[in-house]
Amino acid sequence: MEGKAAINTVQTPEAGIGKRMRKFFISVSDLSAFTLRFVKEAFTPKYEIYEFIKQAYLVGYQSFPLVAITGFIMGLVLTIQSRPTLAQFGAESWLPAMVAVSIVREIGPVITALIFAGKVGSGIGAELASMKVTEQIDAMEVSGANPFKYLVVTRTLATTLMLPVLVVASDGISLFGAYVGCNLKGDVSFKLFFLQVFDKLTFSDVFPATIKTFFFGLAVGLIACYKGYNSNKGTAGVGESANASVVYGSLCIFIIDMIAVQFTSLFN
Amino acid sequence: MGKMVAEIEGLQKSFGDHVVLADISLHLEEGENLVIFGKSGSGKSVLIKCLVGLIVPDGGSITLLGTDITELSVPDLNKLRKKVGFLFQSAALYDSMTVRENLEFPLRDQKELTQAEIDALVLEALTNVGLEDAIDKMPVELSGGMKKRIGLARTLILKPEIILYDEPTTGLDPITAKEISRLILDVQKKYNTAAIIITHDVECARITANRMMVIKDGKCAAEGTFDELAASEDELVNSFFK
Repeated sequence: MEGKAAINTVQTPEAGIGKRMRKFFISVSDLSAFTLRFVKEAFTPKYEIYEFIKQAYLVGYQSFPLVAITGFIMGLVLTIQSRPTLAQFGAESWLPAMVAVSIVREIGPVITALIFAGKVGSGIGAELASMKVTEQIDAMEVSGANPFKYLVVTRTLATTLMLPVLVVASDGISLFGAYVGCNLKGDVSFKLFFLQVFDKLTFSDVFPATIKTFFFGLAVGLIACYKGYNSNKGTAGVGESANASVVYGSLCIFIIDMIAVQFTSLFN
Repeated sequence: MGKMVAEIEGLQKSFGDHVVLADISLHLEEGENLVIFGKSGSGKSVLIKCLVGLIVPDGGSITLLGTDITELSVPDLNKLRKKVGFLFQSAALYDSMTVRENLEFPLRDQKELTQAEIDALVLEALTNVGLEDAIDKMPVELSGGMKKRIGLARTLILKPEIILYDEPTTGLDPITAKEISRLILDVQKKYNTAAIIITHDVECARITANRMMVIKDGKCAAEGTFDELAASEDELVNSFFK
């Protein structure tokens, strides 16, 4: 009888999938409500200007060295890797233009956003989760302040506005890395390299690539804030929130990128 | 009977199937310290979090300073919250801010205050808890007792009419715990604040309580003065005083 009772309590795979699906849709609806609240709070006074500037500094300025180093290496490596293939077709002169289009349209925004999600997203997720665990968010609420506006709106706006700036900077440094890469096995002047780059780059390369980075930043900030703000599993929840912020933030970057590419191709 | 500053009637709260508060009623008079005893998990903290709207109750009514908080909009609730201080068990100091910034935080909306007035208020609050020297320290540099004092100073800066203390002496050594208990009493005398003090600490209750209440299974099990409850023959009540 005991064995039979035990068998009856084992969850069937269908029930397990059903439970996970239910949990997934609840999370999606919660995140949608969180996003709507962000939009509402972002456009209603009072504005937390000083906290926004502080967060923009922390998110932007302090991420810059990492983004710059990665950008430089990205341009350098892409050039070195592409050169032999182009050389086989006698198209080495196309190297600056090809690398520039690759970096500006796709690699620069996506790689920078992924690094940003790893550094900034995990930081925001862990910080807010730890504030939640130690009742600091509750303390803000009982003091009559609006913790959502102070913590979530400022951080999400900072990630939304600073990621495009970092991407533009990273693209520039990547192109410099590509110039260095070109000169490792060749001799291209700085002027000629960048003339070739800007000859092939068009508005339709730069504009959509920059616009999508606002959405990357929004997704990274919103997901990190959502995971941290709703953490409720004690100290274990802090690590979980940091981890989830990076994983879901990165996933969202790829999904947004896919949508952006489809959308852009409609106009090309 | 003094003026009533808080009144709870038939408060109920469950988390899933777990009933935390079954039917709690209490009142708090102006300038009175009400100490609430109860086993861990008996719903004491949930009770005071319901009082400030941090947790929404399932049933019952909560009247705070003459206003039913269950019917208030968020902006109105926030205005009312400025008259109610809350000292958290962990003190809940904002760890990315200095002590000065922690104390200034509740004053951010008071645009009529000049920086000199804010500085004076911060200094007064710190003087009340005897920690003027800690003004530029970060919370991580403070001991447990100092954090509780700064937490109390941050609560006092808005000159609240009611203060809710969530286990103010938990985790402190007996000497520091006694200092905090005496500080609670000093605050009551100086500002004539009413307070609800959640604690397991008999010494804290002895020093601070004007009236006491014991919670069991989400209901009020006993009520009276410290001496009345200390002399009680009820097994649960008696167990706190042994």
